[in-house]
Order: sequence, then C-alpha cells, then structure tokens
Amino acid sequence: MMNSATMLENQLKYVNKAFWRNPASAFFTFSFPLMFLVIFTSLLGHHSISPQRGITVDVSTYYVASMAAYAVITACYNNIAIGLAIQRDSGVLKRTRGTPIPSGVFILGRLIHALFVAVILVVITAAYGKFFYHASLPTGTPLVEFLIMLLVGTLTFCALGFAITCVIPNADAAPAVVNASILPLLFLSGVFIPITSTAPSWLIWIGRIFPVRHFVLGMDAGFVGTTFNWMDVLIVAAWGLGAFLLSYRFFTWEPKR
Amino acid sequence: MDSRHSGIAISVKGLKKSYGKNAALRGVDLEIRQGEIFALLGPNGAGKTTFVEILEGFRRRDGGEVSVLGIDPDHQPMALKTQIGIVLQSTGMDRYLNVAETVKMYSNYYPHPRPVDEILALVGLDAKRNERVLRLSGGQQRRLDVAIALAGNPDLLFLDEPTTGFDPSARREVWEVIKNLRALGKTVVLTTHFMDEAQYLADRLAIIANGHIVAEGNPETLAGRDRMLATVHFSLPEGVTPPPQLEVTTKVGTAFEVKTTKVTQDLYELTSWALGASVDLVDLRVDRPTLEDVYLELTAVGAVSGSKEEK
Repeated sequence: MMNSATMLENQLKYVNKAFWRNPASAFFTFSFPLMFLVIFTSLLGHHSISPQRGITVDVSTYYVASMAAYAVITACYNNIAIGLAIQRDSGVLKRTRGTPIPSGVFILGRLIHALFVAVILVVITAAYGKFFYHASLPTGTPLVEFLIMLLVGTLTFCALGFAITCVIPNADAAPAVVNASILPLLFLSGVFIPITSTAPSWLIWIGRIFPVRHFVLGMDAGFVGTTFNWMDVLIVAAWGLGAFLLSYRFFTWEPKR
Repeated sequence: MDSRHSGIAISVKGLKKSYGKNAALRGVDLEIRQGEIFALLGPNGAGKTTFVEILEGFRRRDGGEVSVLGIDPDHQPMALKTQIGIVLQSTGMDRYLNVAETVKMYSNYYPHPRPVDEILALVGLDAKRNERVLRLSGGQQRRLDVAIALAGNPDLLFLDEPTTGFDPSARREVWEVIKNLRALGKTVVLTTHFMDEAQYLADRLAIIANGHIVAEGNPETLAGRDRMLATVHFSLPEGVTPPPQLEVTTKVGTAFEVKTTKVTQDLYELTSWALGASVDLVDLRVDRPTLEDVYLELTAVGAVSGSKEEK
C-alpha cells in the first residue's frame, strides 16, 4: 500500500491526542497506578518482605515493581479493550474499515501508543521509587532482561486486549468485562498483596496458569533482585501469541447486534 | 467532466444475497449514472443497507455482477476504497479530536486527498474547525461525516440514511450539503425512508421491497404518478356554489374536491369564475398522488411478486 509508515505516524499522532484529551482514559490509565503506588508505599513502605528465600526488601521496592507491572497491564489490556469496544460500538471501526488505511496500520497505531504510555508509566514509577524510597533500579544484564520482559509483556497484554474485545458484547459492558477478567488475577498474582509462602497452593496454581503472575515475576527480578526466569517470558509470550491468533480470527470491525 | 456525466458509475446485474435462509436481495438490476444523486427507498429490512454495503465492499455477494467505478468490490476492495466516500448510519468518530483534526486524520489515509480547508467550507464547518467533536450538534456531526467522506476527494459517495432521527432544521442543513455535492459533479447514492428527502434531493430513485427493485425513475414521474388523476381542493364562503363547468367529486361542508385529468383547464374555469364573482379562493391547492402514496402502494404487503414466500 501507499506509504504505511507515514500513515502509521499520522495515526499515532491522533491516537495520542485523543488519549490525553479523554479524561477517563488519561485518569484510569495514568493516574490510577501512580495513585496506588503512593497509597501502598505510604501505608506499608517501611515494612520488609521476603519475596524469595534469602532476599529481603522494603515493601516500597516491591510495590515499585508491582505497580510498574500494573501500569503496563492497564495501559495495554484495559485501555485497548475498553477503547476499542467503544470505537466499535460507535461505528468508528466500521468507518475506518471503509477507508484505505490497512487494518494492520490501524491496529499497530493502537499497540505502539499503548507501548509508549506503558514505558512512560514505568519510568515515572521507577523514578518515584528511586526518589522517595531509594528503590534500586536495574542496571546491566538485569536491565536488559527487564526490558525484554517489559516488551513481551506489553505486546501480550495488548494482544489480550484485542482478544477480549471479541467477547465484549457492547461498550457499556466493556469496563465490567475488562475488570472482571483482570482484577481477580491481579490479586491472585501478587500485584496488590504480596504472595507469601503461607498462601494456599490452589491460589498459587491459578496464578501460575495465567500470564499476570509470570509478568510480575519478570518485572520483580529487575527491581527486587529475585531470580530472572526465562520460563516466565516464554509463558507470557505464549499467551500473547494465543491471544493474537484468536483476535486475528474473531476480531470484528462492526458493532455487535 | 461532461463525458463522465454520460458514463455509468454503478452497474448491478442479478445481485443476490442471503443470510442463512433469509433472502435479502433476490436478483437486483440497477444502473446509476455518473454525476447524479440517486436515492434508494424502501421499508426497514427491505435490503437497502445490504445492497449498499455490497457496493461499498463491506459485504460479499452470493451471486450476480457488480461494478462500482469499473471495480468489482469483491475483488479489489482496496482500489475501491480509495475512490469512494462512505457516510454510515451511525456518526461514530473520536469525540476528543476537533473538527479540522478529524478531517485531516482521515485525509491522510488517501493517495489524493482534498485540502481540509476546502472540505470544511463545502460542508459549512469552517467556523467550527477548532471545536471538539463532542460539542457539535447532531446536524453538525452529520456534516462532519460528509466532510470525512470527502477527505479522499472521491467521485462517488454513499450516504446511508443521512437524516434519520434529526429535527427538521438539522435535516435542512444536511440536505443543503448534499445538494452542494451535485454541483461538484459527485455521484451520490443515498438510502432513505423519507419521501420528502428523496423528492428534494434525488435526480432518480428506485424503490426496493422484499429484495427486489419494484420501481425506478425520477421523483416526478415514478410509477406513472404524473399521469394519475390530480385533485383540485378549494373552499368557498357559506352558500356560494362553484361554477357548473366543474365536476365536483366530493363536498364536505364548504370544502370542495375536483378529481381531474385536465388541471389547467379546470383551474382556469375556477379562477376566472372566482375573479368575476369576487370570491376569494381561500386554500386553493392542487395535489397529485404524492411520492408517498406511490411508495406505500408499491411496498404494501402482498404488492410485490415473491412476497408470498416471506414468512
């Protein structure tokens, strides 16, 4: 097709404009994770926990990693699923389908924008942790590992956002479906409350099946100093691939009747 | 320009489309000329939207031949999309962009866009160019829809029920914009279920019912309505009787109706008599069967061959 790169650049510009001007998306995506970070670290900041045998860290450091993971999930999964469901319902997607922009360029615009927002959020979260709690930031190999996990996680949660849009019946149901599918997992995966060795094994197993826990573990490794496990990256990537294939097959551009 | 006007923009032969067991289109033949405003009328569920969405490339046909600007929508959807503009029934757009940004965004999708300022002037939104979409009225949003459809400077525009749900002044706004498109030499295909809309805008129209075209022609002569009996209505003061030359068909109180094939002559008799007798012909008017009368007759249940198969 014509000049897909120019088209993509243009698309990104307007997705970004619309994002920051929409109070709901800017607030829930951007302010929420940062607000939780401030609340959790202020409440629990000076306790310490042991996320892995032999490692003890400040709760604040733990939450910097957790909230960075949470921010990525909101920016990608929640934001894409709710945004696309609204655009599909109101006819924006169908209109777009009637113009010559390739679907890939349109989808990629959303994806890159989500990645961009996720990176900003991670940077702010890390800076906050560093500045107020002297949380340690990854350098060297852990930094590379961390960035790989971040990239894979971003792509996966975007793909999951596209996939869940296929089962969201309409825009009104979007926030409910999205939150019902992600909130329990965030708790089961130790994002809000650290999972300790006393947690029941069924809970730990549910966490292990889904991608959130593995993503959080990968992000933790960078900040907290726990062991980085490539298996976590693989499992997250597998979920992403599955979600991509499902959305490729089932994604619709027209409102569901 | 002139050669394009004589050309055919859309040609459809034997078009068929079914959804499961329900036949939406049962063999439609239609030609739409370049540069005309063509209205497709029909009740809800008659197959209007299916028909138009096949032409636009949103749906694939089951059978028949379709050529839109010389392109088969099933085979070259991308080539077609660069040359047409579509206004859908719903006016979905990003509410947080402003008017100029919205048009600019869409024009970047096309190889030969029309300048944004020119488009905004055409649809009368130049004064609103910096207004956020969410602050526009219904009529203004519809005009922005048309502006978006013009972004790629298409030769052919599809408008699907452009004024459904609008108040009269918003409808007028949109109508004026559509009329302007004719002056640009665009071909416009319009679906509607408003007779006045078709009558005001269309050069030619077709009525679709039960998946068939049941009538086709220009709004004035559709289904021979110009040759049907006209009715002259007038009222006279109490006790005054109309001239004997007039054959009054019905009389209710002081109101008279004359059904006639010779309108000019009867009007002459009536008005010259009235002038002579110093009678003021309050509410004198001449009616022909309206487009709506013709439409209702053609789309009535059982009026169409093949309608017996339906449910």
